[in-house]
Amino acid sequence: MKSYQRAASGILVPLVALAFWQLISSMGWVNATILPSPMRVLVKWWAYLRPLEAYDPAQMSHLKWVVSGELIQDAMGSLYRVLVGFFIGAGLALPLGLAMGYSKLVYGLFNPLIQVLRPIPPIAYIPLSILWFGLGNPPAIFLISIGAFFPVLMNTVTGVQNVDSIYLRVGRNLGASRLTQFTRIILPAATPYIFTGARIGMGTAFIVVIVSEMIAVNNGLGYRILEAREYLWSDKIIAGMFTIGLLGLGIDTLMSRLSSHLLKWHRGLEQA
Amino acid sequence: MSDSHISVQDVHKVFQSGGQDVHALKAINLEVKQGEFVCLLGPSGCGKSTLLNAVAGFSLPSSGTITVDGLPITDPDPDRGMVFQEYALFPWMTVEQNIAFGLQIKGTAKPAIQAKVDELLELLHLADFRKRFPKDLSGGMRQRVAIARVLALDSPILLMDEPFGALDALTRRNLQDELLRLWTELRKTILFVTHSIEEALYLADRTVVMTYRPGTIKRDLVIDLPRPRDVTSPAFNALKKDLGQLLMEEQSRLNQDEFRAAAVD
Repeated sequence: MKSYQRAASGILVPLVALAFWQLISSMGWVNATILPSPMRVLVKWWAYLRPLEAYDPAQMSHLKWVVSGELIQDAMGSLYRVLVGFFIGAGLALPLGLAMGYSKLVYGLFNPLIQVLRPIPPIAYIPLSILWFGLGNPPAIFLISIGAFFPVLMNTVTGVQNVDSIYLRVGRNLGASRLTQFTRIILPAATPYIFTGARIGMGTAFIVVIVSEMIAVNNGLGYRILEAREYLWSDKIIAGMFTIGLLGLGIDTLMSRLSSHLLKWHRGLEQA
Repeated sequence: MSDSHISVQDVHKVFQSGGQDVHALKAINLEVKQGEFVCLLGPSGCGKSTLLNAVAGFSLPSSGTITVDGLPITDPDPDRGMVFQEYALFPWMTVEQNIAFGLQIKGTAKPAIQAKVDELLELLHLADFRKRFPKDLSGGMRQRVAIARVLALDSPILLMDEPFGALDALTRRNLQDELLRLWTELRKTILFVTHSIEEALYLADRTVVMTYRPGTIKRDLVIDLPRPRDVTSPAFNALKKDLGQLLMEEQSRLNQDEFRAAAVD
């Protein structure tokens, strides 16, 4: 299939879905408060995106004005929390995962606790997080870092444990010290797993940020769609949801581009 | 034994398998001279790889000693470079990074590493592939890189564990010729494990035939055919037939063992 054909066939189902949606709205088969038409969502989306006030050079720079719209502010707030939470969670998981994968002793010490904590969904930490951190960014970032922590940890442990022993034999044969074995053989050999963990962790972080904003923060995309429900603004809810979807897609695409760039030596990513 | 380079004395290796002691090596004595090309030949399970791994220092014998120039082996060492059947190139390193790795570990200065890498790329006809990753190379090319990687260290001894076993016949012959060329040029001592009679006869000064469990030396045969060897010559084929006979006896013991194991299952 040629690339334009592939693109055309990829857009077919969304178009049909949109047309159907517009049809049932225009025909009045559904209550517009429950399901607004795609056109109304689009109009609301645009209003949500635009700056709230007219441009005034005395007040702020042009760039600042362009991004002053509610949607962009919300998206930036959510993104900030995702990134900070992700880097804290992944930053703690990576060294622990490397140590657990490398040393049976460390694995034996930490694994039982990890296995008990791992099945607890980050959302179950909400009450504690509010108790410990109050409201605002701190509890949200706490929850997000928990969400990112476990996927990165588990994949790092597996990655290190699965390093083919023949590479270590070659390393020993070439006279590599334990440190060199670790930095030049074990670490690079484990990176495909670590990146997979990071990608899953980023996905979890993105889910958790929306939930945490619904509870603990009063801005961000999650907060906004919950706020819109209070006013029965279903068009804004849907516009917010699509924004969340597109932002998530954007982040995931970036992560996958980054990993295929860094792992171009790796067989498994040839088709990706 | 003054001219002996590698000396294996009364080596035994026993390991546990399914609650039973398996005698992988039993009373092995072997002397290899400097610059000699010795093949270890036998069916799978005859302990030839075990012996090679013991000489490499990956897995030390249960009893007996192995010395190189009189010094006992305790650990793997760059002085005994190993080439594996599965190439074992580091997939995250390019061809030249793979070759340079051992020298970097050694702490060789950068310009000297570059010079050595260039020389080896030339020597093994790899210059056009220097920036490639292993996944983009054929099996034969990968094995060339693996050979270059151990040659980089200038180890006097090369240990080769069925290095050409996974290659097609033409590539295999091609690499055998390359190896003989390198051996003549660089005067390395080579200990080469194979289960191919023809390969052993084509390459080795001496072929050591091993028995299937317990692994002992069945025959230590000097191959004094003139080089380059003609695989179609009557002398070559007479030897091939003799060795074939020896090997078949061991192969049938291996088969019996496997049938017995299957019957128990």
